[in-house]
Amino acid sequence: AYRTDEGQPWVLPVVKKVEQMIANDNSLNHEYLPILGLPEFRANASRIALGDDSPAIKENRVGSVQSLGGTGALRIGAEFLRRWYNGNNNTATPIYVSAPSWENHNSVFMDAGFKDIRTYHYWDAAKRGLDLQGLLNDMEHAPEFSIFILHACAHNPTGTDPTPEQWKQIAAVMKRRNLFPFFDSAYQGFASGSLDKDAWAVRYFVSEGFELFCAQSFSKNFGLYNERVGNLTVVGKDADNVQRVLSQMEKIVRTTWSNPPSQGARIVATTLSSPQLFDEWKGNVKTMADRVLLMRSELRSRLEALGTPGTWNHITEQIGMFSFTGLNPKQVEYMVKEKHIYLMASGRINMCGLTTKNLDYVAKSIHEAVTKVQ
Amino acid sequence: SSWWSHVEMGPPDPILGVTEAYKRDTNSKKMNLGVGAYRDDNGKPYVLNCVRKAEAMIASKKMDKEYLPIGGLADFTRASAELALGENSEAFKSGRYVTVQGISGTGSLRIGANFLQRFFKASRDVYLPKPSWGNHTPIFRDAGMQLQAYRYYDPKTCSLDFSGAMDDISKIPEKSIILLHACAHNPTGVDPRQEQWKELAAMVKKRNLLVYFDMAYQGFASGDINRDAWAVRYFIEQGINIVLSQSFAKNMGLYGERAGAFTVICSDADEAKRVESQLKILIRPMYSNPPVNGARIASMILNTPDLRKEWLTEVKGMADRIISMRTQLVSNLKKEGSSRNWQHITDQIGMFCFTGLKPEQVERLIKEFSVYMTKDGRISVAGVTSGNVGYLAHAIHQVTK
Repeated sequence: AYRTDEGQPWVLPVVKKVEQMIANDNSLNHEYLPILGLPEFRANASRIALGDDSPAIKENRVGSVQSLGGTGALRIGAEFLRRWYNGNNNTATPIYVSAPSWENHNSVFMDAGFKDIRTYHYWDAAKRGLDLQGLLNDMEHAPEFSIFILHACAHNPTGTDPTPEQWKQIAAVMKRRNLFPFFDSAYQGFASGSLDKDAWAVRYFVSEGFELFCAQSFSKNFGLYNERVGNLTVVGKDADNVQRVLSQMEKIVRTTWSNPPSQGARIVATTLSSPQLFDEWKGNVKTMADRVLLMRSELRSRLEALGTPGTWNHITEQIGMFSFTGLNPKQVEYMVKEKHIYLMASGRINMCGLTTKNLDYVAKSIHEAVTKVQ
Repeated sequence: SSWWSHVEMGPPDPILGVTEAYKRDTNSKKMNLGVGAYRDDNGKPYVLNCVRKAEAMIASKKMDKEYLPIGGLADFTRASAELALGENSEAFKSGRYVTVQGISGTGSLRIGANFLQRFFKASRDVYLPKPSWGNHTPIFRDAGMQLQAYRYYDPKTCSLDFSGAMDDISKIPEKSIILLHACAHNPTGVDPRQEQWKELAAMVKKRNLLVYFDMAYQGFASGDINRDAWAVRYFIEQGINIVLSQSFAKNMGLYGERAGAFTVICSDADEAKRVESQLKILIRPMYSNPPVNGARIASMILNTPDLRKEWLTEVKGMADRIISMRTQLVSNLKKEGSSRNWQHITDQIGMFCFTGLKPEQVERLIKEFSVYMTKDGRISVAGVTSGNVGYLAHAIHQVTK
């Protein structure tokens, strides 16, 4: 979760404003939302992912399912795919998850009934970057019709994203081998500070004619973590196909949570449908993204100034909330036990935990860990 | 071509589909007696005063929006358990229970269904009363369970077929799962009397069945939260370690905020901890952690003495209005000249009434009178007002005379 420079949670100013508007609106009540969610939320959420000028939106072949966070969107998509993708009963269809990935990806697809969950090469520990060749190779050899979970931006946990040129190569292989793209977009806007830039990959795939799913989370970019605001965007060949898909997703939703929670969707819908509030939101998002970018550059420059062994450009080349520092498990243990700095055994740090006050300490600690512990 | 060419169009949801058809109707006299959402005597949604007060209190606290724990808001889950079990409950006081926050009643039922699928190896069979809430069957089915039924409603008398139920339950294979509606049976409104509950408890104990209670209307049925939870509490006192799903959609009017809870009564606190850990493992890949808003409101109400008092009064008010509409419907039917026996309308309890109307009659009510209800003849009494009860009686009489 995002933290301010004081190390505190941050409720976005635009969210506070909109919540006040909602509280003051006596015409609002707590009635059930439709099964697929608040219509104004769904349409705006998908528009944010695909872009105002999206050909898919213009051609009316986009569907949306309001979901309980990004996790809920992934689960509904997974349940649907298991039932309806490529004929019926897909328990044996391979699901490919990046190595590494958010650990809950595996559980979501497993609990949705998929029996064959595999990894695709992604993180190259030696060069601390994307193993593009490994990735493309895995796609070449994946069984036709396999499903690939792709991180739209700000890959969790490595912070390493393909470049646009690399995405083009990925898309070409996927098209040729009939692989299904299931995007996980949890950080749109939060990664680079630009909504459009962070959605480039998803939009590129749409422009290449793919049918795809995109699980969106508004937890981070709206700071609405505990309101569980997410959206599953479905892009299909035409309106008729999308209609039928949504009707079956409705049945899945009905036995999972019946209909989604109202509060968070109202906040997002109100914000996205007002030009003024929308601009304000973009500003708030940029504030968060900029602070993270600043922490990245400050951490890197300190490590380089200290002469810490190794290369540290990956700290600024990686993007989003997380960074794969490259620290090994022993060095991580040193950080935790001796320096009381908490990071994952994988060496993943949450950049949001850095502040102007602790940068020096963290940089020195990393320096110590790297020099003292092999 | 599309990946989805072979995907069939799903049928509209039978219950929620009624409201959607109602919305499209332009007849000024239209009535929505479909979905179970309370309406005041002007036919308007009712936001409880205690809810508004709780919301104002919450807003003034300026809390952050950090993720809830996977199992939900602790103040909420504890208060939910206490509400259901009673503050003097030995099971509650000893801590031999686990309660996790769920996405209202549906989400709580589903968590429980998934939990049983994974951990209750003795049986795949869930016995539902005939009839039951339409969504019970697909929930358990999607969780990987099989559905069976026991007799419950007697269409000849529009009341409980108690001997049929006891007969069927006596034959349920040991260690099967039986689902019971704690109060205000949906869709029939027919509840067992306390004496009958006692016999049911003895029978399920004898058959060694796992009891799953669905309590979506505590307080809303009789107007008294303790009375409505009587069966749940009695079963636990008899040593039956039940599982329980609760909803705050109706009794707090928090429909769209999705406040609910799933409880497992365990042998001891240690078992409860182990069960809790497994419930969390089930929840995480579903939606990670639950939504805060409804749970915070419910928690504020349950845990603030003044608000709780006000809530109890408001719940009673809603229940009383429903009871009064039942009475008025029957008297209006008599006034219309109907010679049929409509006593079941006032005998039944809770939001719903099984009118006894047949599908053809229901279809006429929809088409000719714009009175919307589900095909099984179930009406939501909450949708009846002093302003439209006369029209409803007239319409029903027209299709039944």
